[in-house]
Amino acid sequence: MAEATIEHDSVQHGLPGEYEAPLFGAYSKKVGMWLFLASDSLTFGALLFAFSYNRIYTNPWPTPFHAESIANATVMTACLLSSSLTMVLAVFAAQRRDRAWTRNWLLATMIFGTAFIVLHGMEWSKLITEGLSIPGFMTLLGVAKPASTGELADISKNVPQFSQAFFGLTAMHMLHVTIGVIYLGVVAFRKWFLPVLGVIWIAGALLIPSGNVFHYPVHVLGLGLLLAAVILFLKPKDYDSHDVEVCGLYWHFVDLVWMFIFPLVYLMSTKV
Amino acid sequence: MHDVAKHDDSKGQYFWVWGGLLVLTGIEVWLGYNNRIMSAVHMLEVLLILSVIKSALIIGYFMHLKFETKLMRWLLVISVTACFVIMYFFFFPDADRIIKYGVQ
Repeated sequence: MAEATIEHDSVQHGLPGEYEAPLFGAYSKKVGMWLFLASDSLTFGALLFAFSYNRIYTNPWPTPFHAESIANATVMTACLLSSSLTMVLAVFAAQRRDRAWTRNWLLATMIFGTAFIVLHGMEWSKLITEGLSIPGFMTLLGVAKPASTGELADISKNVPQFSQAFFGLTAMHMLHVTIGVIYLGVVAFRKWFLPVLGVIWIAGALLIPSGNVFHYPVHVLGLGLLLAAVILFLKPKDYDSHDVEVCGLYWHFVDLVWMFIFPLVYLMSTKV
Repeated sequence: MHDVAKHDDSKGQYFWVWGGLLVLTGIEVWLGYNNRIMSAVHMLEVLLILSVIKSALIIGYFMHLKFETKLMRWLLVISVTACFVIMYFFFFPDADRIIKYGVQ
């Protein structure tokens, strides 16, 4: 079947190291990450639309966030925005093949990301203690019985859509930030990051009391450790500037999503 | 770094973008503290416009989409926007009905 032979101008068979020209003018890892982020943006888009839908048809919508919560969320926003800047600086350093500064800037990004998670976790714990909860779900997580009276307890009873939408949306985002910090740690420190992650996981599991909402979810770190170990041992490699740029894309996306959650969830539910 | 789409990368512009994002966040927070100056719907509109500007800055500069090839830029922006428009058509006519006639 001579007619079955197809000539491709862009593919030069038999030449080592030659590949088909990329469709988008970018390397495949980057295109893959962009496609993943496009699909992930639809996940968050659906959650934000569901939140907005609840917000519109629930009248009156609760306004449980006071000055203290808004100040906390503003600091969290500043942490994420600053982490995006340090991530850009890490990409610059990687392009210069400056390993030390690449690692330093990635570490700074991880510190900002961790600060975000810790602040968010503290805020969650405070809200739950004061009575904001999802009926049934909190019992499943073994959370200590929250206050049964007060503004937030009333909201949980009368407008459960608020707490469901709030916890659903922010939990999904917090999970993404946590995965992002682990991803950055793997790219920055490779195998040396695994024991650090292991220590943080075990310390979290031992120190977070059983009544706290994060007592069981902290084991996400253990799952992250397992996945990171499998990836690092199956395909050990020295991450180059392309890898740093691709993990940067993921990190900036996490920042981008927060730019919608912060005004929609916090600022539109404010009573100052 | 960018295989095909080459551009003039200066660090200064990223500091300006970061500063701009912080200023826009400051405006949002100010609006949050002074939410009585406009109705909730207008507030939502203003906050969403500010969020779209912030996301455009992040996508364009921090994620470097501004410096990618035209094909990649437009394909990503159009496809994601189209999906959001479909979601909008799906959700909001019903939300509008609820505002006018109540939950039935």
